[in-house]
Amino acid sequence: MPSAEVFSWLRTRFMPHIWCPGCGHGIIMHALIRALVGLKKDKTQTVVASGIGCSSRMAGYIDACTLHSTHGRSLAFATGIKLHKPSLTVVDVMGDGDCSAIGGNHFIHACRRNIDITAIIMNNNIYGMTGGQASPTTPAGAWASTTPYGAIDPPFDICRLAEGAGASYVARTTIANPKQAETFIMNGIKKKGFAVIEVVTHCHTQFGRKNDRRLPLDNYNYFKAVSVPLTKAKTMTPEELAGKLVCGEFVNKDVPEYTEQYDKVIEKAQRR
Amino acid sequence: MPDVAFWQGNTALAHGALLAGCNFYGGYPITPSTEIAEVMAEELPKRGGKFIQMEDEIGGIASIIGASIAGAKALTATSGPGFSLKQENLGLAYIAEVPIVVVDVMRGGPSTGLPTKTAQQDVMQARWGTHGDHATICYAPSSVQECYDLAVKAFNMAERFRQPVLILSDEVVGHMREKVTMRDPGRVEIVNRVRPSLPPEKFTPYEANPRTGVPEMASFGDGYSWHVTGLTTNDWGFPTNNAPEIEKKMLRLLSKVDRARSDVVEYEAESMDGADIVVVAYGSVGRSALRAVRDARKRGIPAGFFRPVTLWPFPGEELTKMALGAKTVLVPELNCGQMVLEVERVFRGRSEVRGISLLNGELFKPSEIGRVIEEVA
Repeated sequence: MPSAEVFSWLRTRFMPHIWCPGCGHGIIMHALIRALVGLKKDKTQTVVASGIGCSSRMAGYIDACTLHSTHGRSLAFATGIKLHKPSLTVVDVMGDGDCSAIGGNHFIHACRRNIDITAIIMNNNIYGMTGGQASPTTPAGAWASTTPYGAIDPPFDICRLAEGAGASYVARTTIANPKQAETFIMNGIKKKGFAVIEVVTHCHTQFGRKNDRRLPLDNYNYFKAVSVPLTKAKTMTPEELAGKLVCGEFVNKDVPEYTEQYDKVIEKAQRR
Repeated sequence: MPDVAFWQGNTALAHGALLAGCNFYGGYPITPSTEIAEVMAEELPKRGGKFIQMEDEIGGIASIIGASIAGAKALTATSGPGFSLKQENLGLAYIAEVPIVVVDVMRGGPSTGLPTKTAQQDVMQARWGTHGDHATICYAPSSVQECYDLAVKAFNMAERFRQPVLILSDEVVGHMREKVTMRDPGRVEIVNRVRPSLPPEKFTPYEANPRTGVPEMASFGDGYSWHVTGLTTNDWGFPTNNAPEIEKKMLRLLSKVDRARSDVVEYEAESMDGADIVVVAYGSVGRSALRAVRDARKRGIPAGFFRPVTLWPFPGEELTKMALGAKTVLVPELNCGQMVLEVERVFRGRSEVRGISLLNGELFKPSEIGRVIEEVA
């Protein structure tokens, strides 16, 4: 059961929520709220921004300064919020479509700028809300309503994308490891810079049903079976890693943060 | 003696925004509006404000909506293709009632069209560009001084009505240089959004003032935890599918500008008394039209001049009242006939309304309008 402190961060008047019974999004929301509680964050100084889709509804359920924006654009809104008021803690919750399809450009540039925002990507490999269309993380060969003969395009690796684009913290876990999700989210929020936490989750309704993972538990067991910790993965061959999901902190580095850099711009402009 | 400057329209617009208290700019470079971004990049940090060049036009408007929700007075500027790209998030600012100012320095289209040439082809896009019903406030400056002054007004209206305000400039107005008389910051009227009068536990984010139809606005970070969404909501800001709640929200959104219409609508008129021929023109074309009307008067033709300063709301009642008895109304435009549709609508057949189109990227010469005045006289 969630603690009373966790409950205090929920807008129960928004409930019942729209997620299907057994959806992984609730596990991620719980991990996020536990991280915020653990870090003793103030609701009125915490922003949760989101885009569009099942994942985006999380912003409404959390009692903080919340923005449910447009599809894929949430990081651009969050950038404006953070740059105007750097003292705010800004978390951006996204789906795989938000992050790596329609919002891909905003995502790579937020990584590049290294602005102090924590992006949580709930990757369920599908567009769930619209009825199960393929996303950029749908595995090759998988069924989706728009890939009735199997997906032919290779999927994105969101963590490698974030690493290449310059994020200062990049980590992956699954909903089968909620404690690790909480730790990674906490580390991401603490990191002064752009943090990306990919939490692999499931949509048993739209994806699992047609891809042999019909029940929430099937997905949980699947994640348990394919997850490999990063330390172990380093000792494995590419053949051994095929079909596995490497979990861990891929990047944790200190690089100049955007709003702090902008403060220097202000200093420079005012000295002239 | 007041300070004067010799500025481009785009530079004046940026300085007007700063005078209004603009402290955030997010945008993307595009001709012929880029000078606005360049001035803001230089001037904002001097004043402790923030400038960000975003990854695209969509990000530009998204960033200013975010900044405004966090309490900023925020501006973006664009042109043609960029204005098209901003339409989706413009809708979010309308429904979520976020004050922002968006400038479109018009150029010829469609598509890439004529990046360095002037046009007035975005008039209807400014009114109806984003999907769904909404009230529009849109200014069209016709001089560099007006770029400066209307930027202040645009911010004031955005703050007052909690909604986007558009400035449709055009390439001629944006790039020409004229004298600007700067206003004394201590004597300019500056409007700021109404902040919550109730403590956080009693605050209902979208409960409107019954007189104005505009809700008070908290900022992220000032002690209130509240929800902003693009979904249609009830007064609590929660998504609703309840028909009466939806209707209440939509009617309020659509009527809040109309209730104070006389405070918003602006126009300039000359020689309208007893005018047989009325020329309705806006933006850069207003300049050519005014000259054409004055020349016609010199030749004894009873011509009048009417320039809407607010394209939306359109000053239709004012125009039809002043033009009572006019035989012909001419509407020269740098498009294939957009505002002429609105003029026809307000005259309802009482006068002959005739559009004059110019689509070659040039501005009307006064003689080109003058010829039509003589033809119909």
